[in-house]
Amino acid sequence: MADAHLGTADRLPGAIEEGELYHPRSWITRYVFSQDAKIIAIQYSSTALAIGLVALVLSWLIRLQLGFPGLVSFIGPSEYYQYITMHGMIMVVYLLTALFLGGFGNYLIPLMLGARDMVFPYVNMLSYWIYLLAVLVLVASFFVPGGPTGAGWTLYPPQAILAGTPGRDWGIVLMLVSLILFIIGFTMGGVNYVVTVLQARAPGMTLMRMPLTIWGIFTATVLALLAFPALFVGALMMLLDRLIGTSFFMPAIIEAGQRLRHGGGSPILFQHLFWFFGHPEVYIVALPAFGIVSDLISTHARKNIFGYRMMVWAIVAIGALSFVVWAHHMYVSGMNPYFGFFFATTTLIIAIPTAIKVYNWVLTLWRGDIHLTVPMLFAIGFIVTFLNGGLTGLFLGNVVVDVPLSDTMFVVAHFHMVMGVAPILVIFGGIYHWYPKVTGRMLDERLGKLHFWVTFLGAYLIFFPMHYLGLLGVPRRYFEIEGLSFVPASVSGLNAFISVVAFVVGAAQIAFLVNLVHSLRHGAPAGPNPWRATTLEWQTPETPPAHGNWGASLPVVYRWPYDYSVPGADRDFVPQNQPGLTRAGAPA
Amino acid sequence: MTDTALRSAIRPEARATQWRRLSSDWAADRQTFPGASWRKAMMWIFLLSDTFVFGCFLIGYMTVRMSTTVPWPNPSEVFALEIGGTTLPLILIAIMTFVLISSSGTMAMAVACGYRRRRRATALLMLLTALLGTTFVGMQAFEWTKLIHEGVRPWENPWGAEQFGAAFFMITGFHGTHVTIGVLILLVVARKVWRGDYDTGRRGFFTSQPGRYENVEIAGLYWHFVDLVWVFIFALFYLW
Repeated sequence: MADAHLGTADRLPGAIEEGELYHPRSWITRYVFSQDAKIIAIQYSSTALAIGLVALVLSWLIRLQLGFPGLVSFIGPSEYYQYITMHGMIMVVYLLTALFLGGFGNYLIPLMLGARDMVFPYVNMLSYWIYLLAVLVLVASFFVPGGPTGAGWTLYPPQAILAGTPGRDWGIVLMLVSLILFIIGFTMGGVNYVVTVLQARAPGMTLMRMPLTIWGIFTATVLALLAFPALFVGALMMLLDRLIGTSFFMPAIIEAGQRLRHGGGSPILFQHLFWFFGHPEVYIVALPAFGIVSDLISTHARKNIFGYRMMVWAIVAIGALSFVVWAHHMYVSGMNPYFGFFFATTTLIIAIPTAIKVYNWVLTLWRGDIHLTVPMLFAIGFIVTFLNGGLTGLFLGNVVVDVPLSDTMFVVAHFHMVMGVAPILVIFGGIYHWYPKVTGRMLDERLGKLHFWVTFLGAYLIFFPMHYLGLLGVPRRYFEIEGLSFVPASVSGLNAFISVVAFVVGAAQIAFLVNLVHSLRHGAPAGPNPWRATTLEWQTPETPPAHGNWGASLPVVYRWPYDYSVPGADRDFVPQNQPGLTRAGAPA
Repeated sequence: MTDTALRSAIRPEARATQWRRLSSDWAADRQTFPGASWRKAMMWIFLLSDTFVFGCFLIGYMTVRMSTTVPWPNPSEVFALEIGGTTLPLILIAIMTFVLISSSGTMAMAVACGYRRRRRATALLMLLTALLGTTFVGMQAFEWTKLIHEGVRPWENPWGAEQFGAAFFMITGFHGTHVTIGVLILLVVARKVWRGDYDTGRRGFFTSQPGRYENVEIAGLYWHFVDLVWVFIFALFYLW
């Protein structure tokens, strides 16, 4: 009805909207308050890497205490909990989520889909500035009286807001405010990513011709838009509990002989809200990694991805299932035990689409023309660490196995393997892969290989022994394990070993940063398409792509993104925007 | 029964073809929803996300209401008003609901006028909608004041479970904030309509993009959403 009244001044129904680009007139609007998704992507990535470095240093301090207890005087129990909390929260939310969706998402969505920019660049710009504000609020908590919160990254009430928990006065408030800001900022970006994928693709770019990178980022963004609200609500309610004395999450509590004003609330409600966000969050981080790694493997093995349709449906299925597994994080929370049965079942079902993906990556490599470039090394490293972490996930998904293991280092080993190391390896691989497009220069390959081997082997040496520690019963979150009767004395030797490796791996990241900065000026010129890849971002008229990406007219897409080594083609790759020859050499 | 439905009932493979057609339509060239402009699609996606926010608020409220050990105050007594000597349960809430739903009506009329290019009628109807919205927020402020005078606080109240006040102030406050933001959006868009920005293609101050009459409809989507949310709050908080 309404459409019938769309006049001539309005867009005709069905006609494609060509967004009008904002043309910056000054240095400030070009490089600082930029509305260009490519600049916003670089801003997001740099901020995320910078705050990630803070989290890296925190992990050093954690390992310093665990490996060599008492060596440094300034790490007490409170500080230790603060380091753990901030390390976890920064890595999961402010580094991984922001870098995959805000960084890779902003850069790759418009370029891989053949759009000129995101659909609403102004709101996209606001998204970054609110994210930066969230990061600043988070960093500020290091400088307030009492320091940042030490409640653990899950922030479970009631202890998160009770006296005795470090950072109870200021730290927890800043943490909650920062999360709320992050979610608001993310939502602004998220609606952009989703609508750009749905509504602003180049001619010929059907959904089933999108690179898997875009499928991963798109599905992860949808998950984030539906999962972050639960964290938003949980954070707001806890903020009210802390600041004005409501009792959403606070049961009746006696503290130092005094009955607190709180009473009648439900602590487990917070856990449900938190994990309704927290489990999809795992896939918000994992799905972009799945997508990116698929493209890296296909490109560097010069072979089409095996089972593209299955890969797409697996991403979508994992996304949908991720909303019905959250309580497997809560087997020991005291919820109704029958829930455990349901959530264990759904958790194990999610292994099916995930296994499909792993098989398809391996089958893509099978008899491929594998080039062991730096991005490819990281991609293969991802398959190994992800498989490892995924298998321990099957252990922990079962209630009977999880209950004895749940507060041990086994869990730490599991989630670091599956959503720490594995996605970080993909981020590195992605940066080595796309850096030439962003800057026009290659990253140094020797430094890159050094970076890969130290990071990959080191990460294995750090986290693999932690499984043994966990099976021995070494508890997680303990400031000190010396003198615990149930922990064998030999554990401290292994702990010291893990810590030394952790220092080396952390130091290897300096090689990466040096490489990033040095290659800006001194890297070998990359040319438009150094990896001879098919996807649209490598076919831009200029490298780095100019404002508006595509020059006078949008690219036209004729094929799927995986035409590598096509028989009968003159090159071993056929770009998506090349007309003519189709697969198997048949005429178009 | 239509011809196609009949065919698909007899031959399941015909239904499979329909599903295939549906999915290929959705996956088709360039746009998944050809009828929706970029901004309208963004508003829909945002509202989907916001639905989850309110959903979590209401589920959280229902959980604390069920898990608290102290009896929950009776909403029909708490929200009763004495008018002319008779106590009318929920009367104020009923009026508020009526006002808000009426404002959805005026909003729909504004959208229709906008697409007919009736500039002044559109702007006036939007102003009327904003006025009704302001009335709603005003009555909510009255309700808050009354309850606060009776001793209801987020951490205590004279009648029972303390979560009553906490959930009440949080949920109605968050919804009231949405209505207030909606009123501001309506005022801004109404001003642009009145000034003829959408006819002359004048550029926005912040976005430097020209607007269209469609913006009236997009503001309307938000407004109807806020209205719909209220229906759920009304049912689950006041009527339960």
